Amino acid sequence: MIQFFNVSKFYPNGVKALVGATLHIEKGEFVFLVGPSGAGKSTLIKLIFREELPTKGQIYVGGRSIIRMKRRDVPHLRRQIGMVFQDFRLLPDRTVFENVAFAMQVVGAGPQEIKRRVPEVLELVGLKERAQMYPRQLSGGEQQRVAIARALVNKPTLLIADEPTGNLDMDTSWEIINYFQEINRRGTTVLIATHAREIVDTLRQRVIALDRGRVVRDEHQGVYAHAT
Amino acid sequence: MLMQLRMALYVFQEAFRSLRRNGWLNFAAAGTTAVSLFVLGIAVLLVVNTNYISKTVESNVEIMAYLDRGLDQNDLKAIRTQIEATPGVKEVRFISKEEALATLAKRFGKESKLKESLGGTNPLPDAFRIRMSEPRQVASAAASINRLPGVEKVRYGQGVVEKMFKLTAWIRLISMVVMGLLGVCSVFLIATTIRLTMFARRREISIMKWVGATDWFVRWPFLLEGMILGAAGALVAVAVLGFSYSALTGKLQEVLAFLPVVRDYRVLIHLFEGLFTAGIGLGLVGSFISVHRYLRV
Repeated sequence: MIQFFNVSKFYPNGVKALVGATLHIEKGEFVFLVGPSGAGKSTLIKLIFREELPTKGQIYVGGRSIIRMKRRDVPHLRRQIGMVFQDFRLLPDRTVFENVAFAMQVVGAGPQEIKRRVPEVLELVGLKERAQMYPRQLSGGEQQRVAIARALVNKPTLLIADEPTGNLDMDTSWEIINYFQEINRRGTTVLIATHAREIVDTLRQRVIALDRGRVVRDEHQGVYAHAT
Repeated sequence: MLMQLRMALYVFQEAFRSLRRNGWLNFAAAGTTAVSLFVLGIAVLLVVNTNYISKTVESNVEIMAYLDRGLDQNDLKAIRTQIEATPGVKEVRFISKEEALATLAKRFGKESKLKESLGGTNPLPDAFRIRMSEPRQVASAAASINRLPGVEKVRYGQGVVEKMFKLTAWIRLISMVVMGLLGVCSVFLIATTIRLTMFARRREISIMKWVGATDWFVRWPFLLEGMILGAAGALVAVAVLGFSYSALTGKLQEVLAFLPVVRDYRVLIHLFEGLFTAGIGLGLVGSFISVHRYLRV
């Protein structure tokens, strides 16, 4: 699904965000991406998403080189990827339904398709009853679930979450993680960048650790950090 | 096809949604466009009218060829043929000295005793009055007529025609510059408006980007918004210009009946079409600048 070959990303201001990173993520995997702030997690995600291009190295997503990819093919790459963020990034002036439907409109879905599909994903995240509410009327956890529904609505093969539980309490975080697990069980590859040590340590999934731009650890059934 | 239609519908919805949202800003941008197109319209009308006036004046320019005394009918006929053969001459009329005196007497008034005071003689010469079909040839025609034997001297509105041409050229130049400057102003304002709109909607734009909207799908609503702003400004300008021009020319014709003004509806409709197109064009250019520079999607 995702392959990084010796990928480096240097910013013009001299920051070496990623240095010689090599990693492979298979289809259907559930992967935690851990590391201190500034370790390069966000850069890695931006590269997968082709929001930025690497300074060196080669990246394949879904079997296609994103470096050789033409600009006009980038939207099609992104339609395979669902994104979830720490700050939810919902549109405050649109209802839950409209927020999710927006992602479908953007890729040219028809009204009938939208009417059928949106309640489906809202049900999946347990928010069918909240469809006509606005984001500000919802709790943080609920807002994040709307964001997840939006990420899923176009049936992506890969779901990427950047600190999805960073703004949530522990109980709510677990709830959100459970949704990610459910989504993963249905066949979607899930990549979560996180600081939630307890969650990572409990789930014992694959963990890729970054530190100062380098992949320092990559283990299956891993933990957040080894005792030093 | 259905998909394109849906996209178009979406683009319109988004453009109008954003127009509703940024009321004041849109008002300012459309207002500036309206003002600049209004001035542009005034400039065009000014040029059209000076052209028209100078055309009218030019076509009224006549050449008077005063003749030597003591010419007989044959001489007159010969001179007439030669004048008629001069390029640009439309019409030649003989004015005898008696006729000239009568006209002069009439101008002095019926009671005046012009003839008596002149001692019963007529000091005026015979003359030909020449109308030109091509005003630009007045000067050269006058010169060649002046060289004909039997013609004593030639008079025409020396300088007037040239001055008129110069004036139109200047008005044209100045209004061109003003139009250019104002056009730049409204492009700049629309660009700013669209940029602010994009800033206000950066969240939506980035979400669109993340879920895989194509570049043009993101751009179109902003381009359309710019075009709508330009068109709205143009409509206001056309309406104000239309009303004020017809009111002004109406008044002007009452007061200065001799001043020729353009009241041809076809000309005005052409102008208004032009302004409308220009408004949409300005809007498109303005929004394109912003979309191109600030929307790296």
